[in-house]
Amino acid sequence: MSRQMGDSHRRFLQTMMANGIIDEQGAKALYQHCCEVHSTQCAADRLDDFIEVINSKLQPMFMQIRKGMSEVTGYQHYALVNMAETDITRMSSDYADNELELFRKTMDLIVGSENGTASSTDILNSTDSMTTKKLKKSETEHLLSRFVQDNWLSEKRGEYTLSTRCIIEMEQYIRKMYPDQVKVCYICHNVAFQCQICEKPTCGIKIHNPCVARYFKGRPDPHCPACEEFWPHEIPEIRRPRSQSRR
Amino acid sequence: MTQRNRLSHTQSASQSRRQPSTSAAQEEDDDTIFTQPSSTQVQKGLEKLTAAEVERKVAEVVQYFLVKDQKKVPVRRAELVKNVVKEYRNVYPEIIKRTARTLDQVFGLKLVEIDSKNHMYILVNNLEPADGASPINSPTSPKMGLLFVILSVVFMKGGVVRENLIWNTLKKLRVDPGEKHEEFGDVKRLVTDEFVRQRYLEYARIPHTEPIEHEFRWGQRADAEVSKAKILEFLGQLFEQEPQSWSQQYKEAHSSQASSSSQR
Repeated sequence: MSRQMGDSHRRFLQTMMANGIIDEQGAKALYQHCCEVHSTQCAADRLDDFIEVINSKLQPMFMQIRKGMSEVTGYQHYALVNMAETDITRMSSDYADNELELFRKTMDLIVGSENGTASSTDILNSTDSMTTKKLKKSETEHLLSRFVQDNWLSEKRGEYTLSTRCIIEMEQYIRKMYPDQVKVCYICHNVAFQCQICEKPTCGIKIHNPCVARYFKGRPDPHCPACEEFWPHEIPEIRRPRSQSRR
Repeated sequence: MTQRNRLSHTQSASQSRRQPSTSAAQEEDDDTIFTQPSSTQVQKGLEKLTAAEVERKVAEVVQYFLVKDQKKVPVRRAELVKNVVKEYRNVYPEIIKRTARTLDQVFGLKLVEIDSKNHMYILVNNLEPADGASPINSPTSPKMGLLFVILSVVFMKGGVVRENLIWNTLKKLRVDPGEKHEEFGDVKRLVTDEFVRQRYLEYARIPHTEPIEHEFRWGQRADAEVSKAKILEFLGQLFEQEPQSWSQQYKEAHSSQASSSSQR
């Protein structure tokens, strides 16, 4: 198999650059589309090989297309990430210093919370302790919506979470910055924010909601996979992929 | 509207971002200080650097171009040297050569010098817009739709039009340059400033007019990126007319098409 990049790879990469993140279904469809446009061979199960060719050329540029799971839906996604600076300085061309400080504070709140969320009220209050130029309430609200629009945060009913793209891109940074707070999912071993927690204090393992759904499927009497304690949380349903894939 | 997709291919959902604050005068100064090193100087300089050092610098320059391209702002050589190339300025020709090669081979983008006097660069997409719709809708900016309308009018009117014609056309589309538009904001600023800075349009004063009048032409980025044949095709569909029926424009579209594709 050819390891050289062709126009089909370039078209795929350009779409990744324009979108930042694409879910697995979308990536498969895009792969097929790019192969059709440039009349190259396309084997449905070869997406990861196709991306590997792109990654081998991106590596000297400290960029990579990386795979990760959405904590909400459990679907796999592909994100184009920048590894040159795996920390927040990656965002520094788009945001001012005080805006980055607010992002860090939001991340502190989310990582420090049990369920991986931070309320808009708590974020607004955190601006009181800013060391750089303080942000006004309206500025903070506007900035938060920019973080959502630029795909760093997700928002639902005033609760902010780290977006899938943010987790894929910043996983290493988060692990480095919050070594004591970050926990990995007991099932998939990736960092876990939005998750369920074993209520036995000596255990306290975390499992992503979609991983909970998969692991406990068909088990009427759920117990913690680590300590055997009864699992008291509601077991979510496994989400079915939509027929038309969009982010 | 594949043309729109193409125009905003690498555009992220960008909004107001900080503008570089360096003044033009400052950059002029830098530009005169920076003189292109000779090939023997470059050769000597390269001998002192490891392959990994050069590669790393090329990576930084590539990233710089990609970030700037998201906002469609041309890159000045002077600012590139000052902000990114820095102490590698003595091997600048080699860095820019490798940058162009990487952008071409990996990203399918062509590095084009649009102004050889002031040394400005833009990136142009090598890939033609696909005929079939992409399964992934890239976030296209509605501004590109507006731009497409303006470019079409200028092209159909022979390459240069007075500004009043543009404003009147936009008014017919319910886009009033005097009012704040919900999608475009300050329309006049967008058209005469942002599109001009991005080199999609030229906006120049017509000499000796009282009161002052301006005219629009295609900018260098539009020349490099926008296919006139596609514009005719689009208008043909809109007016249910064969593109060939606009014989003058058709001739121009297909001769400039040939010259731009032979450059690739």
